[in-house]
Amino acid sequence: MSRIIDRRQMLRGAALAGGGLALSAYMPAWAQTNSTGLATPLPTVTGNDITLRIARQTMMIDGRPSKAIGINGTVPAPLIRLREGQNVRLNVINDLDEDSSIHWHGLLVPPQYDGVPGISFPGIKARSSFLYEFPLKQNGTYWYHSHSGLQEQLGHYGPIVIDPADADPVQFDREHVIVLSDHSQISPAAIFRYMKVNPGYFNYQQQTLAGLLAGKDQTLKERMDWGKMRMSPTDISDATGPAYTYLVNGHGPRDNWTALFTPGQRVRLRIINASSMTTFNVRIPGLRLTIVQADGQNVMPVEVDEFQIGVAETYDAIVTPTDNRAYTLVGEAIDRSGLARATLAPHAGMAAEVPALRPRPLASMKDMGMDMSSMAGMDGMDMAGGGMTRGVDPTAEKNPSARLTTPGAGMATGAMAQGGSAMPGMDHGGMDHGAMAAGGMAGMDHGAIGSQQGGMGAMDMGSMKMRDFSKAPQVKKGPGVQTISPMPMDRTDYPGQGLEDVGHKVLVYRDLMSLTPNPDVRAPSRSLDIHLTGNMERFMWSFDGEKMSDVHEPIPFLEGERVRINLINDTMMGHPIHIHGHFFELVTGHGDHAPRKHTVIVQPGGKVTWDLTADAVGDWAFHCHLLYHMHAGMMRTVSVRPRGEAA
Amino acid sequence: MSRFALFLATTATIVVTGPAAAQSMQGMNMPGMTMPAKQPAAKAKPSAKSKRAPAHRATPAKRSTAPMDGMKGMDHSAMPGMQLPPSGQQPAQGAPQPMQGMDHSAMPGMSMPAGQQGHDMNGMSGMNGMAMPGMAQTGTALPAGDAPAPAPPMDHYADRMFAPAEMAKARSDMMFEQGGQPFHQVMFNLAEYQARQGRDGYRWDGEAWFGGDINRLWLKSEGEGAFREGIESAEVQALYSRAVGPYFNLQGGVRQDLGPSPKRTYATVGFEGLAPYMFEVEGALFLSTKGDLLGRLEGYYDQRITQRLVLQPRVEFNLAAQDVRENGIGRGLTDAELGLRLRYEIRRQFAPYVGVSYLAQTGRTADFTRAQGKDPTTTSFVAGVRVWF
Repeated sequence: MSRIIDRRQMLRGAALAGGGLALSAYMPAWAQTNSTGLATPLPTVTGNDITLRIARQTMMIDGRPSKAIGINGTVPAPLIRLREGQNVRLNVINDLDEDSSIHWHGLLVPPQYDGVPGISFPGIKARSSFLYEFPLKQNGTYWYHSHSGLQEQLGHYGPIVIDPADADPVQFDREHVIVLSDHSQISPAAIFRYMKVNPGYFNYQQQTLAGLLAGKDQTLKERMDWGKMRMSPTDISDATGPAYTYLVNGHGPRDNWTALFTPGQRVRLRIINASSMTTFNVRIPGLRLTIVQADGQNVMPVEVDEFQIGVAETYDAIVTPTDNRAYTLVGEAIDRSGLARATLAPHAGMAAEVPALRPRPLASMKDMGMDMSSMAGMDGMDMAGGGMTRGVDPTAEKNPSARLTTPGAGMATGAMAQGGSAMPGMDHGGMDHGAMAAGGMAGMDHGAIGSQQGGMGAMDMGSMKMRDFSKAPQVKKGPGVQTISPMPMDRTDYPGQGLEDVGHKVLVYRDLMSLTPNPDVRAPSRSLDIHLTGNMERFMWSFDGEKMSDVHEPIPFLEGERVRINLINDTMMGHPIHIHGHFFELVTGHGDHAPRKHTVIVQPGGKVTWDLTADAVGDWAFHCHLLYHMHAGMMRTVSVRPRGEAA
Repeated sequence: MSRFALFLATTATIVVTGPAAAQSMQGMNMPGMTMPAKQPAAKAKPSAKSKRAPAHRATPAKRSTAPMDGMKGMDHSAMPGMQLPPSGQQPAQGAPQPMQGMDHSAMPGMSMPAGQQGHDMNGMSGMNGMAMPGMAQTGTALPAGDAPAPAPPMDHYADRMFAPAEMAKARSDMMFEQGGQPFHQVMFNLAEYQARQGRDGYRWDGEAWFGGDINRLWLKSEGEGAFREGIESAEVQALYSRAVGPYFNLQGGVRQDLGPSPKRTYATVGFEGLAPYMFEVEGALFLSTKGDLLGRLEGYYDQRITQRLVLQPRVEFNLAAQDVRENGIGRGLTDAELGLRLRYEIRRQFAPYVGVSYLAQTGRTADFTRAQGKDPTTTSFVAGVRVWF
């Protein structure tokens, strides 16, 4: 397999060399790109009257044609650039042979223009059009996408930037919109069916006997404990690297989409995760990222080296590259099965080293909502479960993007195989310092953990009930609920699975503070628990044990009501939860400067609390933004009604 | 009233963050409100309580403070004009932010019954919260109340803008699509060539299902045969399957035996699912039209050696409650089969394998077989493909 790819690479190199470029097969993999660097900005539409045409098309990803649904002939769809305070009319023409729709993710629009078929409007019928018209009451970075079927997976998504009516508090010399996404050669319907039939279908990083014998991942005792619970700690994400090529602005890692800068410039990166299923860990080795906006809302600047971005979240980051060299923007899939790659460079055609994919994390007991810190001697558990101490299964597979990551040819899958022998990539030059540091730490702590594993092993996992409905009385009992988190913790101080010990600063939600005071600082008049429930074995996903397709009532709110919502994750997977028509304030200890968001990741086994002012009358969608989780039923309608009108 | 007090308390705490603990209310221009000029800081504590306990609102005035006689006439529209001193959290970039966008008209509980005059100002003592350092009691720092949730509305909002019939169709389509769709799978766990002493044969064990998450229609089939001799035994089952827990399905239906032996029909009830330690298990009882009762237990475990190489140990036990002479079945455990198969998943759907299978008839069944001059045990080397689509 690797041989074939190498030949392809050489052919590609040869073809480019034939084109008069100084590329050769001797260049490191990361430098052998398809192009001289696609420094072209995204196509942009602007003004008061905009026409968007949804149609099937072919897109080229890393030199391969792929079926897609685009808008105005492009994937991602064109950047819609507007100004706060203007009115916009968007005439959306559906050239598909099926219904379609556009939801303006994060925009506060009248409910009939929110774009969710069956909730806000009937949808846009095949070969017809729909006129959206609304005023822009906000500014910032947002995006838009289909809310019909699984079209989003095929490319039906694009960025929105709304410039502020007044001076922008964020200073920058130049900006780039970075749309991260995942694209598959497999049809979305097939992806969904494969996961329904076999939830581990795309997971080629499972624990194996080879890994056990090599002393990697969990110990035999831990594997037995997890097996007894019928849980797999490698369930980090379900549709993942083997299914996907990870894209930046519609381009594959080998396409090397390039953002230009002049050294010394303050460059604003508007990063949007428009994926269907991929949580990315984003970093630019060599540059610090100053986060200035989250979900379109300005935040007090926070300097980080890396951040996790859930599906549908957006972050604006300022970078100030001073050196006259290229930098790699890496969007590593949460399970490290592949990466999205772009380059920041002073000139097109430059490339920087692509850091090796770090070891894939393993879920820990915390991810099952068990607070290990409350148990004596359990402190080492998380690390032990983190898969950082013993290395990763030598047979774990990554997607082809891994071949870009280390200088030299012949890496292919062998790179991952070797990865298990130590910290993956440790003995390769392509390793970044952060991962090295993690390796060092893991080594340091190893002894301590070893000594504590006895304690953990001694614990009877069965003694902590995995499915105790008394912990969640509102959850409907049924086959769709595999577990109930016995001790869900607020994990907004947690950087994300596999980011605990990367050796540099990773953004956590608690770092975020609104730049301006929150518009509504009343105390919530009531609170509401919503459980995120699922069964990984059946690929069933729901809220409170009920799927969207089940008979259920909407979640009711009164207009103007302020309500505290506790999202409790009873599953072992993170879920990016999105509410339409509203922003909410995260309850993370910042009083009236709480960060305002439209989407928030609820970490596995964890809890996120936010306050919501239900100020937009109408029916609104509320769902997990992992496309196939929503499609499996993890969705509800939220209704907001004027006080007197309520039934 | 208490909510209003609460609001004041919250604004007060914005002030708190400023250094001037003894700040008076002079900076706040609230028309129609008379404020006590200063109150001892010691009274700060009850305010926290009052946030939680709306009951306090009925407390008659004991400590007489200035009654808020202007309450009814209070001009809320003037409140956004309150200039708050910059708090510690204020952005460096910006000027002090007024309480913009604060929609007082939307504040529930603001409507004041007339009888509220002379209300105790205890709740207002939150103003003295200024003296409490480090307490950012505003916005998300405030505890939530325990107001009841409203009743869900009976209507669909979009019906007001679009044709209700069209919306109803879109809604039912959308709901069905998010969690209601049926799926299907056809899988042969075993489809193999069996090399046996003397007479090579074949074997299959497969299933197909169609349905949603809970209710499914299952078809199962298994059987074996020998080349030249044809099918030795075969059966099909048609079952209704219902998910009864996170891991198990309960199944009931009919089984029809095919092949050379008497073609019996059975009513069947059974289960299949994932047992602790990740064992796939299956069990069933079969009651024939002649009243014979048979049973079967099956289990296998997929041990991943690598990501694609999987070792599958498999066992199957057949039982009978009585002799069924025409089928050569004896009472008790009739046979046990042990298999070990090693497959390679080229794709998840397509995995060729090799292995070994050992079948031993036991007890009276074995006696019947011996009586026919046959060997009650069979060892087969197998090669096949595990396939699903």
